Amino acid sequence: MLLSWMAWTWQTAAFFVLVALALVAMGIWEWRSPGGAPRRGILGLDTTRGDRLFISLLGAGFIHLGWLAAFGAPPWGALAVSVLFAVAVFRWV
Amino acid sequence: MTARTTNQKAWWLVAPVVVLVAFNALVPMMTVVNYSFQETFGDNVFFWEGFKWYEELLRSERFHDALVRQLAFTATILAIEVPLGVAIALAMPRRGPWVSVCLVLMALPLLIPWNVVGAMWNIFALPDIGLLGRLINGLGVDYNFTQDPTSAWVTTVVMDVWHWTSLVVLLAYAGLCSIPDAYYQAAKIDGASAWSVFRHIQLPKMKRVLTIAILLRFMDSFMIYTEPFVLTGGGPGNTTTFLSIDLVKVALGQFDLGPAAAMSLVYFMIVLLLSWVFYTVMMRNEGT
Repeated sequence: MLLSWMAWTWQTAAFFVLVALALVAMGIWEWRSPGGAPRRGILGLDTTRGDRLFISLLGAGFIHLGWLAAFGAPPWGALAVSVLFAVAVFRWV
Repeated sequence: MTARTTNQKAWWLVAPVVVLVAFNALVPMMTVVNYSFQETFGDNVFFWEGFKWYEELLRSERFHDALVRQLAFTATILAIEVPLGVAIALAMPRRGPWVSVCLVLMALPLLIPWNVVGAMWNIFALPDIGLLGRLINGLGVDYNFTQDPTSAWVTTVVMDVWHWTSLVVLLAYAGLCSIPDAYYQAAKIDGASAWSVFRHIQLPKMKRVLTIAILLRFMDSFMIYTEPFVLTGGGPGNTTTFLSIDLVKVALGQFDLGPAAAMSLVYFMIVLLLSWVFYTVMMRNEGT
């Protein structure tokens, strides 16, 4: 197959589809409400909603790594914490 | 409130860059993610392993040690190169024929290929035939970077400082040259000391270029490979085995592509996080 060297699996493909969908959703959000909703949150940082998505995704990555180091697989708990973290970031950061 | 942009045609001008980035960054990145969850013995045959490589990596003493060495190296060279670069930039002339001479001299180390820098310092610092090695030993200091970890560390740091301080100098110098004379004249009228001029005029005006310099030096030093590999090969023992050297050993030496892919991604995330923290902290309150 043409893409066999990329070693695709449905799990990793689903991950990238979700990231792509998040970016598309952010694009639609920006189109509906331009300007990025800049604000200064509880950390004293000036963020737009794109920044908040970046912080959420990066934070989710490290939450998963921390979970794997501490408790091992499966990382469902890390996923739940990441969702809560993202909600908190979009609400307060 | 920002007004809605009605003409979106300019996005087409970005399209070539998007395609380029997709092929040279996104596709390899996706492949690394795919590899990091699988095992392969070659011939495009893969076996699903789940999070096994990540669990092993995050609990691996070898990885922790390499990460600590990497952080220590980066912190050391930043602590030396940034103040030294700013000091040299402050000492350089702003006008006259010596400006070109200084700039060319400063740029020279940056023009030398990384493997050549490693080879140069290897020969230069050899304790038996190298000029530096013989000189230091002649002064009564026991120096041998091929066998002594302290010597190996000092040589690696000095080599990096020699190679890359120029970059900080050139960026800081560009920042200094952009300060209008009126600022200095006003400071002179106020009777400001040299320290006050530096603290309240030069340093704030250099903030943006220093942010770039620190970010570039952080990322480069955190991903350093060629120079220490040629100089010490990661030794003696593992004392100068930084993350990138360890990664290459896992990926190419042991051909463990799955664990190497997991390590690459964790490595990438650390670089991304620290770069973001550096940038955010340094640019804080910039817009206010």
